[in-house]
This record gives sequence, C-alpha cells and structure tokens, in this order.
Amino acid sequence: MIPCDDGGLVNVSRRGLVAGLGLGALVLAVGLPSRSGAQQAEAKFGADGMPNGWRDDPKVFVGIAEDGTVTVTCHRQEMGQGVRTSVAMVVADELGADWSRVRVAQADGDEARYGNQDTDGSRSLRHFFLPLRRAGAGGRMMLEQAAAARWGVPLAEVRAGDHAVAHLPSGRSLGYGELARAAADLPAPPREAIRLKDASQFRYIGREGIGLVDNRDITTGRAVYGIDAQVDGMLHAVVARPPVYGGKVASLDESAALKVPGVVRVVRIDPPTLPSEFQPLGGVAVIARNTWAAMRGRDALKIAWEDGPNAVYSSDTYRQGLEAAVRRPAKVVRNEGDVDRAMAGAAKRVAAEYYIPHLAQTPMEPPAALVRIQGGRCEAWACTQAPQVTRTRLAQKLGLPEEAVTVHVTLLGGGFGRKSKPDYVIEAALCSRAMDGAPVKLTWTREDDLSNGYYGTVSVERLEAGLDADGKPVAWLHRSAAPSIGALFVPDPKHELPLELGMGFVNTPFAVPNIRMENPEAVAHVRVGWYRSVSNIPRAFAVQSFVAELAHAAGRDPKDYLLELIGPARLIDPTDLGDAWNHGEDPRRYPIDTGRLRRVIETAAAGIGWGRPMPRGRGLGIAGHYSFVTYVAVAAEVEVGERGAFSVPRVDIAVDCGAVVNPDRVRAQMEGSVVMGHGLATSAEISFKDGRAVQQNFDLYELTRIATAPREIRVHILPGGDHDRPLGGVGEPGLPPVAPAIVNAIFAATGKRIRRLPIRDQINA
Amino acid sequence: MATALIVNGIERRFDGDAEMPLLWYLRDELGLTGTKFGCGIAQCGTCIVHIDGAPALACQTPVALTVGRRVTTIEGLSPEGNHPVQVAWRELNVAQCGYCQTGQIMQAAALLRDRPDPSDADIDAAMNGNLCRCGTYPRIRAAIRQAAKGGKP
Ligand code: FES
Ligand code: FES
Repeated sequence: MIPCDDGGLVNVSRRGLVAGLGLGALVLAVGLPSRSGAQQAEAKFGADGMPNGWRDDPKVFVGIAEDGTVTVTCHRQEMGQGVRTSVAMVVADELGADWSRVRVAQADGDEARYGNQDTDGSRSLRHFFLPLRRAGAGGRMMLEQAAAARWGVPLAEVRAGDHAVAHLPSGRSLGYGELARAAADLPAPPREAIRLKDASQFRYIGREGIGLVDNRDITTGRAVYGIDAQVDGMLHAVVARPPVYGGKVASLDESAALKVPGVVRVVRIDPPTLPSEFQPLGGVAVIARNTWAAMRGRDALKIAWEDGPNAVYSSDTYRQGLEAAVRRPAKVVRNEGDVDRAMAGAAKRVAAEYYIPHLAQTPMEPPAALVRIQGGRCEAWACTQAPQVTRTRLAQKLGLPEEAVTVHVTLLGGGFGRKSKPDYVIEAALCSRAMDGAPVKLTWTREDDLSNGYYGTVSVERLEAGLDADGKPVAWLHRSAAPSIGALFVPDPKHELPLELGMGFVNTPFAVPNIRMENPEAVAHVRVGWYRSVSNIPRAFAVQSFVAELAHAAGRDPKDYLLELIGPARLIDPTDLGDAWNHGEDPRRYPIDTGRLRRVIETAAAGIGWGRPMPRGRGLGIAGHYSFVTYVAVAAEVEVGERGAFSVPRVDIAVDCGAVVNPDRVRAQMEGSVVMGHGLATSAEISFKDGRAVQQNFDLYELTRIATAPREIRVHILPGGDHDRPLGGVGEPGLPPVAPAIVNAIFAATGKRIRRLPIRDQINA
Repeated sequence: MATALIVNGIERRFDGDAEMPLLWYLRDELGLTGTKFGCGIAQCGTCIVHIDGAPALACQTPVALTVGRRVTTIEGLSPEGNHPVQVAWRELNVAQCGYCQTGQIMQAAALLRDRPDPSDADIDAAMNGNLCRCGTYPRIRAAIRQAAKGGKP
C-alpha cells in the first residue's frame, strides 16, 4: 500500500519544498484527496483517491487480432496474487470472449494511460473490478455495432457472446476476429451507455477451475522475473551498501576488486539525504561480466564505513524504550467515555504487553532490475509493484523527461511490499549511466535484502482492561508504540500515520463503553516500510491475544467472549471510531460490519470443531480481524510435544471479502497467509545490533518450510452475494489473525501465554 | 581452465572462473534463467537442477565439478514441458508468484523417480529444503500425490 492521506505530512516534506523535484518527490501527495486549506473539496475514496485514479477505456485494455486472439492488458503487477488471471477473467467475461483464446499483455508503467498501478494495499480488483468490467463490456458493444453495421441490421437484433456476434433473426454470425478491424475504428461507447452483464450470466467471474495464465511458463522455467531479464551486451552489478542506515563510505580501496577476472568497473553511489524515501542507500557498485564476478569483486572491496547516528540501534535496548513509552500516558488518538474512572471502579483489572519484532518481506526473488540508457532514453525491466513511481523516480534521477523513460514490468517473484520501493531500479540506472548507458542488470543478494531492507515495523502494544463483576470489560486502554513508515518521507514524524492508526488500532470495533487509544512517540533507526498487511500484524496479535487473556481471567470461552466483545451485528462508521482512513474507502460504502466479523469467527470455529474435547497437549485458538475492508478469522489447532516443540496440524480460515472474482486465488491467498503467518508467529525475526541486521540469510531468518507448515489448511469463503456488493481486499487480510490464533491455541494446550513473537522455544521457557 | 559439460543434452564449454557456481554459469553464461537464485547458501532450493539425474543445488556446485557430467535444468526436464509433475502443478494451480516452483518441480521430479509413491514423511524429507515464501506447501504436497498417482486427482 502506498502511504497517503496525510496532508500535513505533505506540507512538511522537506524535499517537497525543493524546487525542481515537482510532484514526483511527493509520494504522499500524488493524487491525494485534496482536503487541505481553503480547498476543502469532497473527499475521494477508492480508486478515485489514488494517484491518477482509474481508466475504463476498452481501447486501452482490450485488443483483438484478426485471428480472433483477444489480448487483455493487465496494468496491475503479478506477484503471486493471480492478478493477471483475475483481470483477464473480468475483461473476458464482459467481452464475451472464449477463455482459451485470451492472452494477457503486461502494461508498462504509464498511469496517465491506465490509471493507478501501485499494486499494494489489496486493492487491484477492489478498485478496478468495475472499470475493467466496463472496458470489457464496451468492447463487446463495439463488436456488436460493427456486426450490425456490416449486416445493415438494427443493433437490437445482434448479440455478442462466445467470441462471436450473432444476428438473432437470421442466425448469421461473425467471429470476433472478423469484426476486430471494424470494431477498432469505432469510438468507445460513452460510459453511461455501457451495459454490464447481469451476474447470472457470468462465465468466468466467480467460477472455479480456471488455470493461471502463467502456469505453463512458470512450470517450464520460461517465466521471466526481474532477475531474469536479459538483453545483448548486458553487464551485471551488485552493490556494497552501508550496513547502518544513513552510513557512508569513509574510505575505499577498490584495487583488489578490479583485479578479479570479469570485473569491469567500480562505481561510487552517493548516499541519499535522509530520510531516504525510495532513493538508494549509497555505497559502492561493482560492475562485471557476470553476477558471480561482481559478487567476488564486491568481496574484494576494502571499505571503511562511517556508520552515523543509527549505529546506536540495538533491538534489546530499543524494545525497553518502547516498553517504557507504553507505560506512560501518551498522545490520545481515540477516546470514548471515561477510561480512568471505569478502570478505577472495575472489579478486576488485566494488563499485558506484546512485542512484535521487525520482519523482512523476503520475496523469494530478491530485488533486481535491468536498465539501459540509450539515445536519450532510459529503458528498465523490473520486478516492481509500482512502475509509475519507478518511472518518475528514474526520470528525476537521470534528468530525463518522463516520456523518455520506459518501465517494463516483469513477473515478480513475490513482493509483499518490498518491491513498492524502487531503490534497486534507481541503482541499476546509476550503474548503467556510469557505463555510458550500457545495459546493466543489478541483483540484490539475500544478504543485501536482509541487511538493507524496508522492514516491517517493530512494536510494543500495551493493553489494559477493567472487568465488571461478570467479567465483562467496562474499560479498554490500548497504547501502541512503533516507528512509523512516515519516517521514510519526513525527518521525524514521532507518531504513526493515520493509515497506521487505522490498522486494527483506533478502529477496533468492540462494544466497550469506555475506550481509549494512545500512540507514544517512537523514532525510526532503519527504513520502516510496509510488509504484507502492515500494522495489522502487531495489532491483531496484541488485541486478539488480549481478548483470550480476558476470557481466561473471566473464566469464559474465548470464542464466546470475543463475540460478546464485538457485540451484536451492526454497521459502524469508522470515522466514528476516529479512523478517517478506512483503508482509503468510503465509510458509507464500506462501514465496519460487525455481523460479517461475527460470521467469519463463527465459521472458522465451526470448521475446526470448536468446543470438541481435546487430548492432552492439544488446544484450539481463535482470532478474527478486519483489515483491507475484509473480514477474516482463523481457528488453529496446536499440538505441543514433551519438550515444548509444537506443530499446527490444522487451521481453518474463514474470509468474507464481499463478492469473489477468482475463488481459487482467494483460497490460495488464504493458504499462503496461513503459512506466512505461521512463520512470523514461530520463527521469523529481524533484530538489530549496533545498527546492523543480525539475520542475514535464511539460516537465521527462519521461514516456515513444508514439514513445519500447518498440515491441513481449510479455507472457508463466505458467500459474497451479488457482484454489486463492494469488493474487499484479499492479498493481505488473511495474515493478521494467524499468529494470535496460534498463540491462543498454545495457551489452550499448555496454559502458557506467549506475548512476544516469534515463539521459538518460549513454550518451555 | 577449459571444461565441458552437458546441459540439457547439449555439450557446453566453459573457460571462466572454475569456482563459479553452476547457478551463475547457467543463468548468466547460457541464459538458462529457469534455475533461480534465492539465497546462495544452500537454504532455499530455488536453484535445484539434476546432475546425472540426482538433485543438486546449483548455487553450491562449482562449474568445475560438473566436467563431463549431465546437467538437467527445468528447461530440459521434459521436451514439451509435460512431465507428470509439471502437469500436476498446472492442474492444481500450485504456483503463486512461481519463483520457487522450478526448484520445487525439479526436487519433486527427483523424489518421484526414487519413490514413485511417497509418504507424507517422504515428501517432508525431500521437499524441506525448498522454501516457498508464498506458502504453496499444501498444494505442492497435493500435486506430488497427484503426479504419483499418474495424474489422477
Ligand atoms: S540459491 Fe541455492 S539453495 Fe538457495
Ligand atoms: S510460489 Fe512464490 S515463492 Fe513459491
């Protein structure tokens, strides 16, 4: 997701004030709802609120060749969520195309043409379902017009479908290929005139059994990711970057590196001004004839680093600082009733603190890009989630007009937020420029990825509750301390952004009369970036663990207690909770629906057989969370062995994301979320010592493997209703409830409450 | 030092740095990019190829050690890309981003050749070195079973 929606931030952006950088430097500003100053214009939501909005022109998204092959242009980036397949399903369905004759072309970065292309925030289909349907339907209507004109019959007598237009009275028919040329000459129908299909007529949308469009390329090794891009005469580069954020090269001796066979040149990359936004971290690039030579050359560099102030960053002391911060009153970000009074009068008080460490996205494909600069033009091939942002930054860095920069998007070998930041593409461009524009492919090693990441934030969450004599909460206090993503863009934001506060913190939809949220200050010492589902991870972990702790304190069943806390089914305007962000969506169109939240919890519970007698050492845990305007609950079964080793034999995950476009990919995203959530619950952690990341590769940054993954994952997709119902996100919302469900299950199995992630060997501690 | 090896049935010569891992030779010198880089330290399995039929980590194998040997990459696993493992992978839509899947497929193909009807424990043991950040493990397991049963679901 792209940080947006804080006009204040834009105004204080130091770089935003520097003349000549223009809008591009203001990632926070581009396309923001303009709510500032005198111009209190109507707030924009959804795709309207995104940079460059949306487009729905059939001529942009649909191509038909004379042999009838339909090419759908996908302007969102494929990183495993299946968007190339799902986008094609939507367009092909409305177009009346035969799926077997549909191909997908990947758009270059060009938001003036395609609308917003930032593929994050779980919003590709949420924002583009309707525009893409209109594009497909518009294409269908153009084909019908072309056929009616060819036959000289009234438009009402023809109907498109099944890759052909039929003349109903005569039974004549013309294939789409035969009509392609004539249809292309027609103007696209005006938006008001577009007739969308009735959902009952969908052939692909919402259907099972559709193969991924990239299946064959992926399974045969032909699929091209950013790291695979190649052109003739290409050189290869790796970069030695400062190990501490904000560090610089103090001295460099490159003589040994230049002697490594295959090494061509050593190039200094300037350190950025901080905060560094999406700019490279600086350092020394080694350019060589192949990647191996570049890596060996880098090993041979003798660099002394000047670390700078962030060398003080060590996770243990930093955690203590966050703990101290959440034990004091802090900036109030939501306040209802009188928490202090209710707390004082409570029959019982419970307090707990939770720690969630930094995480690294580690897409299996590390960041990589190929760039060449020739004839005043820059051409990049990159695994980027944000091709227009990349294009703008390249143009700025190289001093070229944006029209002279082309960003081709490859497949992404995973993204998870890391590849929204194009620092690695800019590095490749700087290397190419140093080589007089020769093509240079720049690859990050895994050590680079883990040492110089845009880490998920680190957080301490403190919760306090006062319970009445029946064990019902009458007071709720939540303090969340975490360095903000905003620190990428402004020098010292101190507090979290609205979008971070709106991720399972201020918008907690519990029926408690006295409720207060506070956000202490926290300083960022590394690049904090967005990691799949972002701040929802610590919040869901803390809140859903705490609910189970309260249930225990009250002697109640945790699932029943959670449902009671959520309260009866009702619609809540998130702005009433102090959440002005609501994942960028209109609070009227996307209110928080506690009935839907209740339903996913009940469904997951029923799925796993909640309440069944459990043998010794086994337990069930549950958690439910609202994020990306989608509702997800996870019920986990855990088995704990003699020495504290545990496994997760089964997980039931229930999702209500509104209307479903591609059920197979919804299921896949939920399965993947369970596995990723299991990894961050059990073993993944990035910690810092003296400003340096301790975990440098997958030996220490431990991810879930097939033998340790939850053995059985059952996905329950709640009926989405008709496709007029607003869509929710899918890529991210599955993740937050996984870790708390697992720790709650461990508690049920052992009585051991784990408040610090990852779990590792804490069960026996 | 000149070396010759056979890659997907074609004899290839190499006279660069003999310590260069096979991974980079395949990718950068031969342009066979189906073999992936994920960690470089034997932790992820995205680089798995077959050397004389046995699965091997290309990031850990110096080219010099492959002199005179037969290397098969994902591009050479099956002429039409229709190895039963590849077919099962497509039928079950195993892939998400797909990046790890060439390594997964090479490892699974080797497993099934040695154990045509693997148990869960066999699958765990054989596949545990292959990371998938997208979390496709449940489908990998299912696809191996399907391929083992001759493609019948
Ligand atoms: S790249 Fe060879 S095991 Fe990871
Ligand atoms: S499918 Fe993405 S890493 Fe496995």
